[in-house]
Amino acid sequence: MNLPSAAHAALAAFSEPMSWEQRARLLMSWGEQLAPLADEERTEGTRVTGCESQVWLVGAQQGDGWQFRASSDARLIRGLLALLLVRVNGLAADDLKQLDLADWFAQLGLARHLSPSRSNGLQAVLTRMAELTANAPR
Amino acid sequence: MLIHSPWRSDFPALAALAAEGQTYLDSAATSQKPQAVIDALLGYYSAGAANVHRAQHLPGERATRAFEATRGTAARWLNAASSEEIVFTRGATEALNLLAYGLEEHFHSGDEIVISALEHHANLLPWQQLAQRRDLALIVLPVTAEGRIDLAAAEHVIGPRTRLLAVSQLSNVLGTWQPVCELVAMAKAHSAITVIDGAQGVVHGRHDVQQLACDFYVCSSHKLYGPDGVGVLYGRAAALERVLPWQFGGEMLLQTDYYTAKFRPAPLGFEAGTPAVSSVIALGATLDYLASLDAHAVLAHETALHQELVAGLKARAGVRLLGEPDIALASFVVEDVHSADLAHLLTEQGIAVRAGHHCAMPLLRGLGLPGAIRASLGLYNDSSDLQRFFAALDQALEILQ
Repeated sequence: MNLPSAAHAALAAFSEPMSWEQRARLLMSWGEQLAPLADEERTEGTRVTGCESQVWLVGAQQGDGWQFRASSDARLIRGLLALLLVRVNGLAADDLKQLDLADWFAQLGLARHLSPSRSNGLQAVLTRMAELTANAPR
Repeated sequence: MLIHSPWRSDFPALAALAAEGQTYLDSAATSQKPQAVIDALLGYYSAGAANVHRAQHLPGERATRAFEATRGTAARWLNAASSEEIVFTRGATEALNLLAYGLEEHFHSGDEIVISALEHHANLLPWQQLAQRRDLALIVLPVTAEGRIDLAAAEHVIGPRTRLLAVSQLSNVLGTWQPVCELVAMAKAHSAITVIDGAQGVVHGRHDVQQLACDFYVCSSHKLYGPDGVGVLYGRAAALERVLPWQFGGEMLLQTDYYTAKFRPAPLGFEAGTPAVSSVIALGATLDYLASLDAHAVLAHETALHQELVAGLKARAGVRLLGEPDIALASFVVEDVHSADLAHLLTEQGIAVRAGHHCAMPLLRGLGLPGAIRASLGLYNDSSDLQRFFAALDQALEILQ
């Protein structure tokens, strides 16, 4: 598997055996590293609905690949978003479509956050990503 | 002093959840079931399932008898004048939709429907949509800081244009009893139809629909320790006569040809198609079980445990309660902590509470909150549940603050 280096780092960090407290603190520290969105990027248009917390997502094609940026008002969600972005950024739309993100979060020991009963919005973020890439001019 | 629940062992799920490390504090969403209910479901299916009100054969007759026995039990539970006043639905939500469609004929452009700001979506959306269909005004009664529908405001608002009043008996977000008797009296003074959403209220204490003097009272089985998929619509006999059938199909008709039909009166006229036979029968077992308990002891237990919950929350720095809850539940937020983060870390520790808007988005928005955490109690909860909850809350806040 050809992982971006930041994704390698994430995998290494989250694969360590740790308590739930350590995992939560690690997740939050990843969230702190998330590049902030400017105020004008946080609009109704970029807000991902269906999330318990507020989540905003912007994405643009750069060369062959996509670059997404995201933010949330909840700290643990920011961490999950950071872990999502390190895996998807730089991928072309077709590769994104192939990507098994449930498997990615399972590898990080965070599979539960993609389960259908959770309304934290990670699933809604994935749907929005798919919409953004599908609607982009080719 | 530690509070124990003498009824905890009647609910096998409590031990099963404990074995999984789960502390269940979400009974206001759905409650666990006593063994008596599980036995009734198993008994019905293992003895031979059958449809009701149709067949002359033995299993059919047995199922129909048991099904209709629950109607009688539910009527006694609510002190309805007759079992004919009890309609089975899929839940409180369906009961409210039944009313919003079945009463539609009685509304004309400019009429007013009065609800309150704290209604669950189930008691908001059916009326909101009816108002849109018939060009009616939906009037929303304000709620005081303690979490009670403002009676002074209601005096001003409820008037000759009011055609219907629909309010909750006990708030699913604030845990506050509502002044339903006063509101019903105001509405009746203007000949308005009165609907009480008892989805939460029915679970705590016994309520007498004749004393409430409302036209309709709705509740769900699954919050009342019964199986899911069943709700009860109580309608005063004269009030039910004003409701038109809204779903059409098997067994709700007297006779039909290809082009016209005559329908049964209540209750069967509102029970088209095969009902949730097993669940209705098991609801009967639920009510029998509940009736066998010492009601005063249950209420005393619920009150004491609720006081412990509220006191524990108030004792923690930064915790802000929503309203002043009377019983059953407490919703709260913590200063500078996102409820989603807190919910996340409580889940990590096996605490089953509800986070979010609790199906009352406009209420939460009115309080300026994106969401809140709600801990809710059943008669099986005890101090050990609260101790685990508070220990987990402290741990979570230590990480987040």
